[in-house]
Amino acid sequence: MSKVIVVTSGKGGVGKTTSSAAFASGLAAKGHKTAVIDFDVGLRNLDLIMGVERRVVYDFVNVINGEATLKQALIKDKRVDNLYILPASQTRDKDALTTEGVESVINELKEDGFDYIVCDSPAGIEKGAFMALYFADEAIVVTNPEVSSVRDSDRILGILQSRSKVAEEGGTVKEHLLITRYSPDRVEGGDMLGMDDIVEILSIPLIGVIPESGSVLQASNSGVPVVMDKESKAGQAYMDVVSRFLGEDVPMRFIQAEQKKGFFKKLFG
Amino acid sequence: MGLLSFFRKEKKKNTANLAKERLQIVIAHEHADNSKKSPDYLPKLRDEIVEVIRKYVHVSENDVNVNVEKGDDFDVLELNITLPENH
Repeated sequence: MSKVIVVTSGKGGVGKTTSSAAFASGLAAKGHKTAVIDFDVGLRNLDLIMGVERRVVYDFVNVINGEATLKQALIKDKRVDNLYILPASQTRDKDALTTEGVESVINELKEDGFDYIVCDSPAGIEKGAFMALYFADEAIVVTNPEVSSVRDSDRILGILQSRSKVAEEGGTVKEHLLITRYSPDRVEGGDMLGMDDIVEILSIPLIGVIPESGSVLQASNSGVPVVMDKESKAGQAYMDVVSRFLGEDVPMRFIQAEQKKGFFKKLFG
Repeated sequence: MGLLSFFRKEKKKNTANLAKERLQIVIAHEHADNSKKSPDYLPKLRDEIVEVIRKYVHVSENDVNVNVEKGDDFDVLELNITLPENH
């Protein structure tokens, strides 16, 4: 059975594309056939984060319009087996994505034996974001420990549970909270919302906490999903997210402030 | 040392707690507003009902009232039509 997962947030710049790329790569690395679709029509960026920008020939909208087949448009990742990327179009036509078109692409991916279809949502609550979440069975809501991001996540959760296909049919989309850009030191210092506070406010289960880390920018600079950086804390935290998603019981890591070295420890430690 | 940390604490406010309180209030308000909001199909439903009634009786648009009342376990669709007197 294939599963459709939307990576969404409402607010822009919180790490949806980074998370989609990392999550999809992690699923594929664990042996699951995975497709990741960029729904940000007009502002495509997933290709760049995945490092396949020079291999884009056809895109999502070409497939919907029948100008290319899905096979022609899907880009096979060269580093990870089982991983395919469907880039967004750069057209400025807002109505390029239709419900029927998106549905037919998702159905074709399901028939082709994809285990997971990851939908990278654009920011906002406009058509693109709506299309990305409409066919979702599960949702990963990416949130930064910051007031506007938390509020927007709450809004998008409301939309998920009222306007998605599953919701229209009387069901519930399974929700996962993913906190990114987390600084345990600042949480301890009292100037950043803690993970427990965010979970309490949004009241959905937490699937992971990704620490603020320079390796995320380094990964996007080089077009390599951050999970492939085995040394990086963020990469390891994303891999834990994948494991939890697949049902493994993995404790949260990198959520404690680093021990401040005392004067004597600095000298002798 | 004690004096130093006393001054530091005075200066540093816990803004994370403030953020949490503000978020809880604003989100509670937004949830309340959403649940009070009537469904988006109401205006269209009302127009269509007016059209059907006008096949038989002439009513003005203001004579037809459509409302949804939220109950605990169920919602009630309330329909109020005022017929003209000299019908």
